Amino acid sequence: MTRELIGFALVLMGVATIVLAVLGVFRFKYVLNRMHAAAMVDTLGILLILSGLMVLVGFSALFLKMLSIIVFMWMASPVTSHLIARAEVLTHPHIADECEVIVHEDRV
Amino acid sequence: MKKSIWKRFTEWVDGVAEEFEPEQLPQTQDKEKKHKTHSLDEQQRLRVFTIGYDIVAFIVGITVVAVLIFTIFQLPLFGCADNPAVNEVVQRYVENGLEETGAVNMVAGMILDYRAFDTFGESSVLFLAVTCVMMLLLRDKKNISKEEDIQQMHERIIEKESRDLILKNVTALIIPWIMLFGVYIVLNGHISPGGGFSGGAVMGAGLILYSAAYGVDATSRFFTRNTFRAITSTALLCYAASKAYSFFTGANGLPTGIPLGTPGAIFSSGLILVLDICVGMVVACTMYGFYILFAKGEF
Repeated sequence: MTRELIGFALVLMGVATIVLAVLGVFRFKYVLNRMHAAAMVDTLGILLILSGLMVLVGFSALFLKMLSIIVFMWMASPVTSHLIARAEVLTHPHIADECEVIVHEDRV
Repeated sequence: MKKSIWKRFTEWVDGVAEEFEPEQLPQTQDKEKKHKTHSLDEQQRLRVFTIGYDIVAFIVGITVVAVLIFTIFQLPLFGCADNPAVNEVVQRYVENGLEETGAVNMVAGMILDYRAFDTFGESSVLFLAVTCVMMLLLRDKKNISKEEDIQQMHERIIEKESRDLILKNVTALIIPWIMLFGVYIVLNGHISPGGGFSGGAVMGAGLILYSAAYGVDATSRFFTRNTFRAITSTALLCYAASKAYSFFTGANGLPTGIPLGTPGAIFSSGLILVLDICVGMVVACTMYGFYILFAKGEF
């Protein structure tokens, strides 16, 4: 009974995270801000929902599969966010107007 | 001087402009003159024709729409128990599918055993699509000038310098798992959900990721156009041969000599495993081929 409650609570928290993230994607106007909201879905939202499901099913093969999904998403999603941000910084002509830019001497 | 059909075809494929033959030019001028000097009678006929064309087109369109709507009303209700779609075929698939194909995954049993020719057509369509894209987008000496070549080399060098370190390292970490997962899906197509198409898509995505992180030069060490040709044509021919064998020998329940094995084991369900591997190979190569042709125009 306690296990189910914890599981449901985790899944609900994950769903709430995803709802907030979707709201953020539509509310923000600039790429980097929207990306900040969208990245929550792949990391925190997935983590909460899957850990809730993991609590519900208990230790089994399904548990390990969900764990590997979490590991994969936590490795892949930040990289995609990084690449989108990089593309935006490299292609935006007036990037300094949007955010603070620190130029390293050795990378110019 | 007439060119042979084959030569004209190859020139058309390569995009060589058709040269005007000297005799043709005066002829076209003659025709234009004739158009200008239409007699009034002819103009009248032309007007009648255009009006008549509109009327006939309208009638034909209305008739086709009416026939279609009438047919829709003749169709049986959706989900009705005595629909033609709910016939003995479905019953046979559901009841005898496991016994006849040996595949626990009923979908795999259906698309790769009962309806294997359909799947063969789908794989051939993929192959054909890549071939057409190759005809249109492939860069070679015939459709690229020296300046474009140099420009592309510059772009290549810039891309090489600005390759992302984070992407490279993460790719090195997760590529083996992506490929392994693709192989797992392909090989388990007859046991669990999955099969050639989905597993091939995963493997193709892995190849795309690798070439995005390390550049085309890295992938072309092991995957060139010749590899693509060899893998896809071998897979399609293997598919055709094995399916033709099973259709000619066992399509009507005759023994094929291919053991079905115990359902659920990895080596079971006869030819379905082989066909899954063939489809997976074709799909993976197609995915990667599309990416590389649209991104770089060559591989």
